[in-house]
Amino acid sequence: MKDAVAPTGTGGNGVTRRFLLKGGACALVGLGAAPRFLLRTATADSARGRVLVAVFQRGAVDGLAMVPPYGDPGYATARPAIAIGPPRPGDGDTARDLDGFFALHPALAPLGALWDNRSLAVVHACGSPATTRSHFDAQEYMETGTPGVKSTRDGWLARAVEALPVRRSPLRAVALGPILPRALSGEAGAVSMQNIEAFDVQPDPAAGAARAGFEALYAETVDRWLRDRGHETFEAVHTLRRTQAARIPPANGAQYPRSPFSQALRQIAQLIRADVGLEVAFAEVGGWDTHVGQGNERGQLANRFREFATSLTAFAQDLGDRLADVVLLTMSEFGRTVSENGNRGTDHGHGTAMLVLGGAVRGGRIYGRWPGLGAEARFEGRDLAVTTDFRALFGEVAERHLGVPASTPLFPGWSRARADLGLFG
Amino acid sequence: MERRSLLVLTMLALTIPVMARADGPSASPGSSPPATSSRPGAESSAAPSDDAALVHLLSRITFGPRPEDLARARRLGGRTFLEEQLDPDRAGLQEATAALRDLPTLTMSIPALLQAYPRPKAELLKRLADGRMTPEAYQALVPADHRPVRIVAEAQAARALRALESPRQLEEVMVDFWLNHFNVYAGKAAVRWYVTAFERDVVRPRALGRFPDLLRETARHPAMLFYLDNWLSTRADFVIAAGPRAGQTAGLNENYARELLELHTLGVDGGYTQEDVREVARAFTGWTIDRPNENGRFIFRPRLHDRGPKVVLGRRITASGQDEGEALLSLLAGHPATARFIATKLVRRFVADDPNPALVDRVATVYRDTDGDIRAMLRTLLTAPEFHAASVRAAKTKKPFEFVMSAARAVDARVDARGGYELARAATLIGEGLYEAQAPTGYPDRAEVWVNAGSLLARLNFAQALAHGRVPGVTVDIDGLVAGAARHVPAEVLEQLLGRVVLGGVSVETRAVLAAQLSDPRVTRLTTDDRVPADTDVATLLALVLGSPEFQRR
Repeated sequence: MKDAVAPTGTGGNGVTRRFLLKGGACALVGLGAAPRFLLRTATADSARGRVLVAVFQRGAVDGLAMVPPYGDPGYATARPAIAIGPPRPGDGDTARDLDGFFALHPALAPLGALWDNRSLAVVHACGSPATTRSHFDAQEYMETGTPGVKSTRDGWLARAVEALPVRRSPLRAVALGPILPRALSGEAGAVSMQNIEAFDVQPDPAAGAARAGFEALYAETVDRWLRDRGHETFEAVHTLRRTQAARIPPANGAQYPRSPFSQALRQIAQLIRADVGLEVAFAEVGGWDTHVGQGNERGQLANRFREFATSLTAFAQDLGDRLADVVLLTMSEFGRTVSENGNRGTDHGHGTAMLVLGGAVRGGRIYGRWPGLGAEARFEGRDLAVTTDFRALFGEVAERHLGVPASTPLFPGWSRARADLGLFG
Repeated sequence: MERRSLLVLTMLALTIPVMARADGPSASPGSSPPATSSRPGAESSAAPSDDAALVHLLSRITFGPRPEDLARARRLGGRTFLEEQLDPDRAGLQEATAALRDLPTLTMSIPALLQAYPRPKAELLKRLADGRMTPEAYQALVPADHRPVRIVAEAQAARALRALESPRQLEEVMVDFWLNHFNVYAGKAAVRWYVTAFERDVVRPRALGRFPDLLRETARHPAMLFYLDNWLSTRADFVIAAGPRAGQTAGLNENYARELLELHTLGVDGGYTQEDVREVARAFTGWTIDRPNENGRFIFRPRLHDRGPKVVLGRRITASGQDEGEALLSLLAGHPATARFIATKLVRRFVADDPNPALVDRVATVYRDTDGDIRAMLRTLLTAPEFHAASVRAAKTKKPFEFVMSAARAVDARVDARGGYELARAATLIGEGLYEAQAPTGYPDRAEVWVNAGSLLARLNFAQALAHGRVPGVTVDIDGLVAGAARHVPAEVLEQLLGRVVLGGVSVETRAVLAAQLSDPRVTRLTTDDRVPADTDVATLLALVLGSPEFQRR
């Protein structure tokens, strides 16, 4: 057993050091070092509010490859072909050490700088109390925030938005992608968009604009459900046109890869920087269901991680000072088996690792109790056990970062009994 | 002067009586997504007699009704029309889609496809990626129509062409249903060479057949074996004899076993455990693919098979090699949870997003009584009072592919092979790419997933493109749609268009908005010379009609 939180310094001293070390990102606008209540007062009524960016790694990412516990004696033996070897200082092809026990997968090395300046934290052995190993069910549970309960109609992110003071922005909650994810369905008026630049009725060259006609059709229809969808859509169209968010180029030399996920983050950054009133954004990235040949330092999963890491770093770089207002939280429906399977891959497991990135995050630490990989410590004898309920993590981020009141029933049927993980100062 | 006459016209349009509205679309939808399941006994009409009932039937068993479909249904009566669709062979309904002949891959075998559309050499791709080869040079060496992606594009085009033109519409709807139920993803490595055969040889011939047959054939098809990794699953102690991993131990992969239980048969609440998943995976070891990149055929390899004893759902499986898998498929197909799961999905697809439990029970009973006869289940479902209840009319929101195809059918689009691809592509842009669902769950069948800001705009933009003739390979005879209407009388044009395109009718409100559009000078092009009649811009009006709320429902 190992208490993952303990090794790093805590207390007032740690906080001071954090602000010193954060350098660029946290030298900020002087506000960065101000007490939290002042910060909140200063931003409460401006368009520059807090933003939560939820990133769903669909398909169950292997937390044991993403943040390998190379110090655990059970790790290498369970994965003869696919374990990530221990870090060798100075060798960029090996894992990037975090705290002498955990490391980042070598392909995630670009995130190392964010760890060093304490903007990035890891919550390990995190996941759901539900025992399902179905992608579909587990994603549903994580997005509704009600593990084991399928009748929940709305998503936890939608409930979070609804609990915040009302803002008039039609772009409070935005999902980048073709469909609205479960996490944002509900009464929050969330909208989905694939491409903010093309988010409009394309006029016909010969006939001119048709937007007004369509808008009228949806405004007048007796089909209430479609009327609401139409209203959300056209309000969002008008706001995007007015703020010209799509024209904002990446700042600070940020270079986004061309992948759909990366482009989603680029557009979320545009919405943030255009001050459209965004509060919650959602993006997703697939390709984690590595049943076959997942690779080790190199290979299939390494390639996915590389794109993932360069996308996140481009996002952080692009936001620059604005990262102080933003938290990016990664999640995945479950982890993967501790042992590799017959095809040098891994099957559906239980606990995994989640990342928390943001200017106000007490980064540079691993959070959560490490259960160990020994046979008796595993969940059902095969998987990484869950020691941090995902609701504890999500709830803390919603409350401490977004300002969702503690009294909000964000996760029906469950209350955060234990103390905070301490992700925020 | 012109302005005044336009106002009069607009008001005239408003007063024209609304057709078929007694229990039309405006009656049902509330504030939550789709109208809920029907209330049993709320309406007693079992036999579709009036036009509204026929339009309802057509909207569920076709990819959108065309006027000639309605005429035929009127002539035959709803019940006979349905019987024709349930048994298109006996009714002599021939597929006659000429454009399919321009898609050569449709009839090719897997080995022939592997040979004719080979995987690009890794070395070439690498040189292209690191800039040692220009895209032009690559293009010259590997022309686009010899790349494997061509196979998937043709399969997609064919789906659209058939949905558009096949008289065997219900069969086509069921092909769509089963391909979603037994989802495979063409983007996963070798699957792209297999999807054509999977649809053609496995799903299409059995779309209206028996579920146990479908299950058995999907289990042994290379598309499924590859997609869900079963071809790689071996007994735990199997040592690889040759190749790059010679001498290493392979082992179990439980991907297929889990989805077989969760998504193909019992359903996630069907009462199986993680232990069952492992036991099923062990039973299917040895079900693999013979030379995936050259031959691509199912083969059972006894050497890979786990010969140990197995217990699934409390039943002992006798050690018998390949027969263990076969016995398991029979066990699963005959399980009451499977009957219930399939019945639920059918009711959701054909009736309402939230399936009526009583109707699910009846369809599940038919499954059990007929050993999974799809035709019998559909007959029960489509003649049930719940199916004809007013509360479920227009209650389903069209999926993107349904929306695109229903629009093309409503305007009687003429489509060549390229156009077929473009229509499938339009569905992709709205969120439903054929053979492009990556997760084994396939696409959801619920409204809230399919209509939100981004996809609504994508729908409106497709309506624009189709109406203005901007979809390559797709021709719409705009003038033909309003033949007989006086073009200088906008209200008449609108009336004709609505009657032709939205057979279920539109609400008073939608009609009023459309009528108001007629006062837009871009819609009704007036001339400064009073002696020349005004002309109505039918395309702009049509785009609005296809993008209207009513047209998003079925």
